[in-house]
This record gives sequence, C-alpha cells and structure tokens, in this order.
Amino acid sequence: MSVRRLAPKEVQPASFEFTPENLAWAKEQITHYPPGRQASAVIAILWRAQEQQAGWVSEAAIRVVADMLEMPYIRVLEVATFYTQFQLQPVGKKAHIQVCGTTPCMLRGAGDLIDVCQHRIHHDPFHLSADGDFSWEEVECLGACVNAPMAMIWSDTYEDLTKESMNKLIDGFAAGTPPKPGSQIGRQFAAPEGGARVMTSGGAATYTKVLDMPKEPALADAEPKKQTESANVQERPAPKPPAADATKANPPKAGAPKEPKTPKEPKK
Amino acid sequence: MAMTKLIIDGKEIEVPAEYTLLQACEAAGAEIPRFCYHERLSIAGNCRMCLVEVKGGPKPVASCAWGVRDCRPGPKGEPPEISTRSPMVKKAREGVMEFLLINHPLDCPICDQGGECDLQDQAMGYGVDTSRFAENKRAVEDKYLGALVKTSMNRCIQCTRCVRFAAEICGVPEMGATGRGEDMEITSFLETALTSELQGNLVDICPVGALTSKPYAFAARPWELGKTQSIDVMDAVGSAIRVDTRGREVMRILPRVNEAVNEEWISDKTRHIVDGLRTQRLDRPYIRDNGKLRAATWAEAFSAIAAKVAGSKKIGAIAGDLAAVEEMFALKQLLASMGSANLATQSAGAFDAAAGRASYIFNPTIAGIEQADALLIVGANPRKEAAVLNARIRKAWRTGALKVGVIGEKADLTYRYDYLGAGTDSLAELVAGKNAFADVLKNAKHPIVLVGAGVAARADGAAVLAAAAKLASDFGVIKDGWNGFAVLQTAASTVGALDIGFAPTSGSLSLAQMTSAGSLDVLFSLGADDVKVADGTFVVYIGTHGDRGAHRADVILPGAAYTEKSGIFVNTEGRVQMAERAGFPPGDAREDWAVIRALSDVLGHKLPYDSLAALRQAIFKAAPHLMRIDQIEAGDAGAIKTLAGKGGTVDKTPFKASVEDFYLTNPIARASAIMAECSRLASGQMLTAAE
Repeated sequence: MSVRRLAPKEVQPASFEFTPENLAWAKEQITHYPPGRQASAVIAILWRAQEQQAGWVSEAAIRVVADMLEMPYIRVLEVATFYTQFQLQPVGKKAHIQVCGTTPCMLRGAGDLIDVCQHRIHHDPFHLSADGDFSWEEVECLGACVNAPMAMIWSDTYEDLTKESMNKLIDGFAAGTPPKPGSQIGRQFAAPEGGARVMTSGGAATYTKVLDMPKEPALADAEPKKQTESANVQERPAPKPPAADATKANPPKAGAPKEPKTPKEPKK
Repeated sequence: MAMTKLIIDGKEIEVPAEYTLLQACEAAGAEIPRFCYHERLSIAGNCRMCLVEVKGGPKPVASCAWGVRDCRPGPKGEPPEISTRSPMVKKAREGVMEFLLINHPLDCPICDQGGECDLQDQAMGYGVDTSRFAENKRAVEDKYLGALVKTSMNRCIQCTRCVRFAAEICGVPEMGATGRGEDMEITSFLETALTSELQGNLVDICPVGALTSKPYAFAARPWELGKTQSIDVMDAVGSAIRVDTRGREVMRILPRVNEAVNEEWISDKTRHIVDGLRTQRLDRPYIRDNGKLRAATWAEAFSAIAAKVAGSKKIGAIAGDLAAVEEMFALKQLLASMGSANLATQSAGAFDAAAGRASYIFNPTIAGIEQADALLIVGANPRKEAAVLNARIRKAWRTGALKVGVIGEKADLTYRYDYLGAGTDSLAELVAGKNAFADVLKNAKHPIVLVGAGVAARADGAAVLAAAAKLASDFGVIKDGWNGFAVLQTAASTVGALDIGFAPTSGSLSLAQMTSAGSLDVLFSLGADDVKVADGTFVVYIGTHGDRGAHRADVILPGAAYTEKSGIFVNTEGRVQMAERAGFPPGDAREDWAVIRALSDVLGHKLPYDSLAALRQAIFKAAPHLMRIDQIEAGDAGAIKTLAGKGGTVDKTPFKASVEDFYLTNPIARASAIMAECSRLASGQMLTAAE
C-alpha cells in the first residue's frame, strides 16, 4: 500500500452527475438509515459513483456525494482514501485487472500473472496502458484461494490462471469477448481439479450405502475426543510472563529455566 | 451522584461512576501520560500512551477510553485495583513510546515545539534511550493549511486532536485523516486554507511539532521568553492570555486557562496581532503644521494643545475600542475640570450608562451559556464579534439542550439555528407570538436573549434595545436566579466606559453630535479610529498606531498599547480584569494615563494623582466594583424592566452585524501583516462562495 492521493487536476472531469437511475438508487439507499444518519450510506453511494464513472472516483464525484449526504468534503475524502477498493485515478477503459498477490496466490504463481501485466499493460500498477484500455494493480486476498492464482476484473473473478490464460484473458477483454468468469481450467466452482475424487461410483448406489451404515455416530458426546500426549506438549519454552503479574507473589528462581507446563490429563 | 470506590496505586479513592480511568487516576494524584486524549475533545483512544494495569486483566488498558464502570470488582467484592506505576505499565509505556518514535524525526533542535513538546517531555519521562528500529522512516509531505498554521507532517503522531478540534470546537470540519495505517495523513480537503477563527489553537493542542505557528516560526525558544499574564482586548470577551516577550518585543501571545471566560481557547486575532504591535507605531508626538504632520517634542505638543484649549468653550472626548478604564477616567476628570461633560465611546452606541449595569452587560455570564436551553440572537454575529464566546454557544448547542434562533444576518455560526428574519419586523412578530420560537423561549428554563452591539449602534438603537428588553421581560427571560438579557459588546472598552460614566448624559452631546461640523472646537480622541470627525474640529489623538485617527489628528500624543501598560478592562459580562505590562512603549510614547496627567498640568487643571496606584484609588472611590478584580458585579434586573418601558419607534432596516471583517477591527490588527493576509484569504473564500 502506498500514499493515496486524488488524481492530478489535468485528468479530473469538471463535473459529475448521477444518472437518473443511479440518483434514484442513491436516494433509496439513504432511506435505509434513520434521519440524520444519512452519512452511513456514503460507501454504497460512492461505490455507485465509481461504477458510473468508468471505475474511478473523481474529485467532482466526492463533492457530489458529500453534498448529497450533507457531509464535509474531507469526510468523504477520508472514506475514499481509506478503502483501496476506491480507485482515485482513471483505470483502463476495457479492464482494470486486480491480481491477487496474497500468500496462496503468490505461491501458486501470481508473480507470473503480474509479470504478464507488467509486460502487456504497464510496468507500474495504476498506470494506463498506452492505448488507455488496461490498467492493473496487485490487491490483497480476494477470497478464492482454493483456485489460486486469480484476478478480478470489474466484479468478476477469473481463477486458476496461468501465464497463457492471463494473456488470453487480456486478449479477450481487448477484443470485447471476455472469457467466462470463474475457473479457467474447467474446474467446477471450488471442486477438485479434474473432477470429483470421492463418491465417484454412482449416485443412487452410494446413497443406499450411506443409509446402510451403522446408525451410531462416529463420535458420541459421552466419549469426547481424547487428547493425546503429543498435542499438549509445547515444544517451545513457556512464554515469559508479563513484567508484573502473579509471579510477583511467587518469583521464579534465578538461573533455573522453568519447566514447560503441561495441562492435566483429562480424567478417565 | 453515584460514587465508585477504586484502589489506585494502593490508595483507596471514590470517584463518580461516569469517570474514565484516566480521570480517576488523576483524581488519585497519579500522572498519566497522554497524547490523543484532551479533556475538551471527544475520546479517540488511539495513541495508547495512557495504558494502566487493571488487576485481573491480561493486558494493560487505555485508561482514557476505559470507564470506571467497566472495571470489575475482585473475587470477594473488593474494589477494582489499578496500578499506574507497576513494571507492566512501565514496560507498556516504553513500548508505546518506542513505536511512536519509530517514525518521528529526530529534529528537535530545529523544531519550534522544542522545549514545550509533549512528545519530548514524555519521551524523557517514560521512554527508553535507544531505538531498535533500523528500517527507513516514513516521510510525509507537508500540507498547506493557511496563513497561521505551519505544518511539518513528518512529526505527526496521528493523535487526531486537530481533526477533533476542528470538527467539535471550531465547528468547521475541515481537517481530516486521509489514507490508512502507516500512510495516514492529516490534511484539509485538497489543502485549502482553514477558515475557522479559532485555528490558532490547533498549534496549542498539537502535542508534537507537526502543527506550529507560521508567524512565529523560528522566532524564539520558549525558555528565553519573559512571560506576562494578561488580558486580551481584541474583543469584549477579555480572554486570558500570556504575553511572551524577548527584551521589549512581544514575540507571541498564548491563551491561559480561564474556565469562566475563554476555557483554553483564544481567537486568531488575539493570538496573531503580535506583528501589529511593532509596525505603524507612534513613537513621538506630532503636530500638524500647514496641513502636514511633523515630529515634535512633548513640550511643543502640549503647548500647542494648551494654546488651542485656552480659547475654546466646546470640548469633547471620544474613547476608542482599546482604551483602559484608567485613561478614560483621567480624561473624564480632565474634561470635567474644564467644565465639559461631552464624553462618548465609539462603540457604546445607544447604551445608557444611567440605565443601570444590567442593561449593557452579558448578564447570564459566558459560563452561564452552558446552562441555557434557549438562545435568541438579535442583530449579532457572535462568530465574528466574539469567536471564543461563539465556541461556548456551540459547546452548549452540541449537548442538544440548547435551541438557537437568530434575527439578523443569516451567517454561518457553526451551529444550526432557526432563522426568524432579518429586521425589527421579525422581532415584533416574535413578541406577538407569531413564531414557533416564541414558545421555545417561553417554555425554556434558562433562556437567553443575546443582543449585539450592532443593534445599539443603529440610529434607532435605543428603541430596538427597548424592544429587545421588552421581549426579554415579556417572555420570562428574567426570573429569580436567572437574568437572560445578554448584551454582546464588541469593544473591550465599552463596559468599563459605561461603568465609570464615560458616556453621553442628558445634558451633553452625543457621539453623532460631537462628530458633526461646528459642534466642537477641541476633541480628545483616545484611540478612536472608527469615527469620522468633521472638519474644523481640533483633534488631539492619544493613541498607538498611525491609523485613521492619527491621519485626521492635529496633535498626536503617542500612547501605550495594551501589552505595554497595566490597565483595568471590563469584559462584556461585566467581569473586571487587569491587563499587565509585558514591555515598554516604543520611543517617546508613554502610558496613556500619564500622558493625560502631564497634559492636565500644562492646561492648568492638574489632576490629583501622581501614580497609577493613586489614580486607581480615585477610580475605586467612584466605582467601587472595579476594585474586585476577576469578579462580576451583578446588575439589577429591574434596569431591564425600566429599559423595556422606554419604547420608541423602530426603523425597518435589517440588522447588521457590527463586525464586517473579523481580522481588521482595530488599529493594532490593521497594522498587522498577518491579519491582512488572513483577511485576504477570508474574503477570497467569500468570493468563491458567492460565485
């Protein structure tokens, strides 16, 4: 993350106005909150402004939203700069690619995707490509780790990406025929890659088998899961107590390292 | 009040249940370091410096945001135990301090806050001597916040005191924190200049050197300044100030705490007219020869006056806004000995000294505003006329208990109000009960009718005052134990002048008559710069600055500004306060009372006092209540009833606030380059707003 500022004056539009539909929608949003608490609608309305204005929030939009909600301009600016989901500079006309760079995606090859973006769009994030159609950024976890690596464009996610499919994705958006959102390797939702791996031997038969199983639950309440010895042994030494706690009454002996404490065995 | 028992550092103490732990610890005499907590602002709890240990808890808690109510008793019902000096607290404070200093530059030697910096002091008191942080420090761009506040944002510790101050006390929410986490920055919207009249206080509440005073930048160090406790005279509030001087030069003015008057805020005019005390000063007497002023000696100037006075019958005196009681009293006695009672102040308007004190002071008192539940403002703009008092109104309004109605200009007062109309018609309608606000006033327990000085300055001022007084007495604004008739004076001299009778009486000329052609031969002007004296009158100007009054004068006698003399000033609520001398007047200039005393000798009407003490004895004999410094001699509420009975015909013109440009109301402010810059910024803003 870095310091977020509004876009320079040259690219700021002179004015911003909600379309009649969006205005009606915004007015409706305000009614969700008690009178005098209209400022609570700021994120929703600002988001709608971003959607209407080609994916970014201009200074004019901030003023319009602030006036609509009777908020000081600075309060709306605070919100717009706080949430990184609000784009403060123009983004690509055809696609703004948000590549997830958090650990699971990074381990599964997000670096390659960023590489593609850097070569095809712009070396730096938040910069428009030469034709102004594309821009990219690295974002935090978008919650599709199971299909890592992934990227988000507008409100759709594209998962299981590779260098090749990322290139195809950009080609698709450039041509106006974006691929189907979701996994790009044919995975069904978050199911295992290549299809189901369990319960594969047929529908009805499996079902009866389940029914035939003994009625006892695998684990009865009366018989709690036993703790094993190894689960309870701390390998690291016990943490040092905070400077002032009960040890005052019972000071540790100097020199002798403390024995790691083990919890009591559950009674049998 | 429900009291709760606590044990703080082994000491048992009872505190009100709604206290926070920080307040409770302070009540127990423990010192709690803090940055974001400020007793007059809302609680943020983000600096974490005020951590204390609550017995039984696993972690230290932020005492500023932890209620006494939230503490659990011990297992046997013992009172909650808090320690502020335990090793755990010490370690926690050291940790917080280390974090705060991670990104704080080590530029104390070049920082204006050095020597009076909370961070510096607390790092010494609670910090450790080294840092383990080896990475790069954060760098933040400095922001532009206008002519008065200089920023050095690398030093900011994001306590957000300034954001809360602007939103809560100033009522102009212009400051904000953009971005998040390490990239959070304090700024105004797109770095526009702040518009509040109280923005100078941002410098005081900033606990570090991020916001410092722009005019005072790199001017002096706190330990080389002489400090004089004094009283402000820029408006009639009489804020408590501390004048810091180096040698004979005033370097800066800071607020002092006076809960009854200014709490701990002062307006920008109070704080930043300092450069006006240095420029445009009259430092020697002048005489007008052939239409041109030339420097003269005191003897020459006095003899020129004596020559003129000897042949004149019609003599008068007008006092300006900044005159102290002493010089007005001396001038009054001098004129009396010459057989003249033509006295007036330029700002007293239609207020009648004979009508009784209650008719011209702020009877409910400034602190009393906090009790009020209804406020009617008639012909005043408190934000411009008394910015600090306006903050008090806002404070009361923010509790939700105070309803405000305004008759007069529709200005931004930083709080919401019912706008009832522009002129006397609306006042009449309200009296007739045609407005819903009439019920608010009638049903209020502690209503206030605030009448601006601009009302009395109108040609029909006396009649409008009577109408306002009638409204006050009809609507039960004056009752047992509560007098809600409040006059908001704009000049520091007015109440004092009326108290000692430096005002027109039935047999004497009024202000308007004195300034019209042919009515006076000689006029003594005690710093009266806002009156236009007709041609033909011989004007003796006793004042400090080469302002309008001096340009018109025939003889100029240089006097002392309010930081250069000890003087009694009576504020708008009738509180007698004494300003103290912080330095000496420049050149040949002398204290005003001494000038008048010396002049009286030359004129052959020697005044009977040779020292300030003797003069004060004479004043106290004439007006004993002026002896009681810092106290208010309550006015007799009957005076308002009498005033209400006077009646008179009123004009239909709308009310006008008496202060047009907040920054340029008196000769000192007009001499100040800083005030001129502020005025320019403010008027620029008005232009954009009008577009």
